[in-house]
Amino acid sequence: MEQTKKLSGETLYKAFIYLALILLAVTIIIPVAWVFMASIKQNSEFYGNPWALPAGVYLQNFADAWSKARMGEFMLNSVIVTALALLILLVVALPASYTLSRFEFKGRRFLNALFMGGLFINVNYIVVPIFLMLVDGDKFLKGIIGNGFFLNNIFVLALVYAATALPFTIYLLSSYFATLPHDFEEAAYIDGAGYFATMVRIIFPMAQPSIVTVILFNFLSFWNEYIIAMTLLSDPNGAKTLPVGLMQLTQAQQAATQYGQLYAGLVLVMLPTLILYICVQKKLTQGMTLGGLKG
Amino acid sequence: MKKRRCGLHRRFFKRRSQSCAAIDRKGVMAMTKRSGRSRFIVLCLAAAVILFTVFMIIPTLNIFRMSLFVRSAYSTTEEFVWLQNFTRLMADSNFIRSMQNTILLIVVVTVVTFGLALIFAAILSREKIKGQNFFRIIFYIPNILSVVVISAIFSAIYDTNNGTLNSLLSFFKGDTVAILWKGESMVMVSLIIAMVWQAIGYYMVMYMASMASVPQSLYESASLDGAGRLTQFFQITLPLIWTNIRTTLTFFIISTINMAFLFVKAMTSGGPNGASEVALSYMYKQAYTNSTYGYGMAIGVMVFLFSFGLSALVNAVTKREPLEF
Repeated sequence: MEQTKKLSGETLYKAFIYLALILLAVTIIIPVAWVFMASIKQNSEFYGNPWALPAGVYLQNFADAWSKARMGEFMLNSVIVTALALLILLVVALPASYTLSRFEFKGRRFLNALFMGGLFINVNYIVVPIFLMLVDGDKFLKGIIGNGFFLNNIFVLALVYAATALPFTIYLLSSYFATLPHDFEEAAYIDGAGYFATMVRIIFPMAQPSIVTVILFNFLSFWNEYIIAMTLLSDPNGAKTLPVGLMQLTQAQQAATQYGQLYAGLVLVMLPTLILYICVQKKLTQGMTLGGLKG
Repeated sequence: MKKRRCGLHRRFFKRRSQSCAAIDRKGVMAMTKRSGRSRFIVLCLAAAVILFTVFMIIPTLNIFRMSLFVRSAYSTTEEFVWLQNFTRLMADSNFIRSMQNTILLIVVVTVVTFGLALIFAAILSREKIKGQNFFRIIFYIPNILSVVVISAIFSAIYDTNNGTLNSLLSFFKGDTVAILWKGESMVMVSLIIAMVWQAIGYYMVMYMASMASVPQSLYESASLDGAGRLTQFFQITLPLIWTNIRTTLTFFIISTINMAFLFVKAMTSGGPNGASEVALSYMYKQAYTNSTYGYGMAIGVMVFLFSFGLSALVNAVTKREPLEF
């Protein structure tokens, strides 16, 4: 009797757990799936029951979003900015973290503390001072060569992205480099390799796992970022990144009600990150603990 | 092996007057005497230091400097006004309201997110759940989406006439529900739901990782002593991962100040009537949209100090003796 009572309590508890978990999973899946569904609906279908399945596959939304709402152009910009920012970031951060973690020199502790302090500076605070600095730079250039360069320039945006990601990236890479034994470099030096060759041919290939993590996390943050992009690409008819273009569309949507285009645009922003996530989800959830937090 | 290397070394670097014994004794240190070492270090660090200085240190210092000046949009001349921006700020009811909203979001979002994340993580890591991996993958999805996307999704959910939330409530109530989710009275609730939705998965996955490192034997002996699931959770799980909770709590509070800005900017623009304005969105509005840079930067300084003070406070309050296992 006792046994069965305990057992039924146990099953009840299990059932409750499953119910709670499924409920949470559903609240996450449904909104995302709903956007995909809405992206193939015709505009007239958005009035009335929001749960209705799409009447047909209306791909015109994507074509409209791509050309009319300039999403194609914005997507290309986003790809360029993200790729370029990642490239700059790696070229700058890899040698810096290597020297900061493995060489003894004057000022090393100071620089380490400086970059650590950078972890506490959030981009949202400094976005306006950066903007003003670029405005002043443009004014200065206009006096000399007649037109500005810094604002509304996706290459400058990529540079700013890379710079603001430096503290986190250097922190992550340095803590990895610090774990490698010094024997590798000793052997390389003795075989006659210079500092540069040692770094590029011996150390960097060994750091591959943490480089992948750095690329993953920064890809997500660059691709999804919109505050800096919105501020530095201020020309309404100029270049934009995908999230900024999308935000414009959401604000225009209230007036013009182009729902179909909006949801097609949302799918365009989400899809690359979702595909990447499905491919590397294990890596991503593992990488979270890489910072070295022990429970 | 060592000897052979050393011999090789002697042949290679004959012109140098380093003794082989010194290399064996000091290892890498001996290499420090090779030429070009400092040039290499400078070259490696130069780009990073320049970029970091130009785009992070100077702007940060500028926040503090500009908060003491008045600078208008169309001229580059600046007028030094001492602490005038700050005294004006103290009398600005919009600023006070935005700070209240920020504090509300910090408290509610933190408590709800951490509570739910800890409970779900404890369940997922302790019980044998079928499809554990599936749940983990799903729960992490909101974290990889752009805030713009999340805001657009929630705008569709909250839509008064054609939104999914109102239609769902109507279905259960059997009557038409037309709640203005983004109206003045509900907008903060709507923001809180969206922010919890976004953050919960990340923290759950993180706590699952740290709970997995708690030795199973502790639970076994506790359950032999008759401790139930709740007792185990409060007496074993929580104390043992306390260091992790403490670190993430500080981090989360600072990030909530920023996330609140991102959500408000994309979802409500501070409206209606400033009902959902938070500290950083008010700063952005003043500094960027209204071009009253000095005033905006004064807000930035206040928020900066506030977040530092708050994280110091949280650190002090949550201090416990770390437990080892």
